Amino acid sequence: MAGVQVHGVSKTFGLHRALDEVSVDFADGGFYALLGPSGSGKTTLLRMIAGFDFPDAGRIVIGDEGVERVPVERRRIGMVFQNYALFPNMSVADNVAFGLSVRGEAKTDIAREVKQALDLVQLEELGQRRPHQLSGGQRQRVALARAIVTRPRVLLLDEPLSALDKALRVDMQIELKRIQREVGITTIFVTHDQEEALTMSDRIGILRDGRLVQEGPPEEIYNSPASEFAATFLGDANILRGKASEEGIELGDGTVIRCCNAGHNPAANSSCAVRPERIRIEAAESPEASSGENRLKARVTKRIFAGNSTTYFLDRDGQTLKVLVQNSGGESVADGADVMLYWPAESSVLVA
Amino acid sequence: MMGTTRLLELLGRAFVGLMLAFLYLPIFIMALMSFNASPFYQLPMDWTTSWYEALARNSGLIDATWNSLRIAVLTTVIATILGTAASLALRRYVFPGKRLLRALLFPPIAIPWLITGTAMLIFFFGVGIGRGLHAIVLGHVALALPYVIVVVSARLETFAPEYEEAARSLGATQWQVTTRVTLPWIAPGVVAGALFAFAVSFDQFVVSYFLSTPGEATLPVEIYAAIRKGFTPEINAVSTIIMTVSMGSMLLAARFFRFGGEK
Repeated sequence: MAGVQVHGVSKTFGLHRALDEVSVDFADGGFYALLGPSGSGKTTLLRMIAGFDFPDAGRIVIGDEGVERVPVERRRIGMVFQNYALFPNMSVADNVAFGLSVRGEAKTDIAREVKQALDLVQLEELGQRRPHQLSGGQRQRVALARAIVTRPRVLLLDEPLSALDKALRVDMQIELKRIQREVGITTIFVTHDQEEALTMSDRIGILRDGRLVQEGPPEEIYNSPASEFAATFLGDANILRGKASEEGIELGDGTVIRCCNAGHNPAANSSCAVRPERIRIEAAESPEASSGENRLKARVTKRIFAGNSTTYFLDRDGQTLKVLVQNSGGESVADGADVMLYWPAESSVLVA
Repeated sequence: MMGTTRLLELLGRAFVGLMLAFLYLPIFIMALMSFNASPFYQLPMDWTTSWYEALARNSGLIDATWNSLRIAVLTTVIATILGTAASLALRRYVFPGKRLLRALLFPPIAIPWLITGTAMLIFFFGVGIGRGLHAIVLGHVALALPYVIVVVSARLETFAPEYEEAARSLGATQWQVTTRVTLPWIAPGVVAGALFAFAVSFDQFVVSYFLSTPGEATLPVEIYAAIRKGFTPEINAVSTIIMTVSMGSMLLAARFFRFGGEK
């Protein structure tokens, strides 16, 4: 087991700058998600750590060994591929045994370790099956068993759940997390699914156009996004634009929106992000509203009922705002109604 | 409606029957006549194995058969190894001129053998290789190579590069990846390619004719020479033996390697 450090890694393919001086510290034993849209460089970064591609510049350290020029087969990593890449002409047990067998381990040791690995992923009965006889979730488990049976220093997962249907994906998220805790292996997980990143990882790194735009624990990134991109890519956010003021921003009509991190943003034109679930809807001016609260007048244009919650779409001076309300028995607001929106200053964040 | 379907089905069956007859009837008659005592194919059949006994005494045909087999086996081994390696290289690596090389592989299949044979004869004389069995092997390898590459490459297309990446991530060296993952997967293609190479060599007449010396002919060249001297049913006998062996091995290969698709 070992931590992984990436220092100023850059990579250019042709004219495309796939990675631009990316530095990340993956702590030993942590579960780290690399999140970003397609083309953001997250898979390129994973393949560099694996050793399928070498960086043009920068260093990659696994444990305390600089590996940026070490080929894959000598890096002692485990990888799970998007389509699992199970060897189709081998049984499940032979797939799992492959990594031990190419290092020339004794047959009896291999058999024991394969059995342990299949136990860990709860597939002890299926060793003699062929990959094509397994379900998607089972293949996923075999791929995981194959990757960890060799006791790699780091486990790399390339969108491993994207081929599964929604219900199975949630099961596998829990399962993957359990196995990772049990083995205690440093895990780096590439995904474009923000929910997956939020629920599974200890830390998230958000990539965009080859750059690491923000990095930290899920709560921190969700509550204090540094940029509009981070705010809208991880979770949903309303973005309000205006002039910077002492307390936050001043909208076009002179309304001041107070923000929790006001003051350190000297830019003349600023944006502030508010999460839809932090906003309260009131039918009219509310006597309960404290003076410190932000308030905005808006008109309901659409409602989407989703059982335990309702999402309201509101129009405010031509901009559409979203508000998520938990359905806890209160009165609902009708379409076309003029309403007031309230939220505390600590729920709006100035973003770049 | 039912009537039309029925008619179409009958027509279809008749078509398949006629096609099989067209393919196999001449061969069947040849095999039958190798057991007929009359050298002029007179009926009714007068069963005999005398042509096979005559064949056993015909050292020219027997030597030529051995020559053909040796050349075909050697050609198969060389062309299959080179062709498989070339297919792997074309699939795995990016190198300057790769597209050109790929494009240049196919025209030799379309060039008439008469022209290829003449060119080889002139070239082999020019560079001092000359004629003989070694020259025939060289020529046959050149003819068979594109077939092997086409067949093996087609099989490689079904092999996802992730399998090799997965194997490497598990610590396998390039050699282990090739021998333990890639080759087992493409084995049916390699066997099919080898059969093609064998057939191209064993059937080859034109190029062999140009490159053989009078004492050392291959079977097709020897049969051609024998027919020019005067046809004897011994030719039927040797053809029947060869056909039985080659069809048998083809059927076996098809049985074990499931040509024409998985499962």
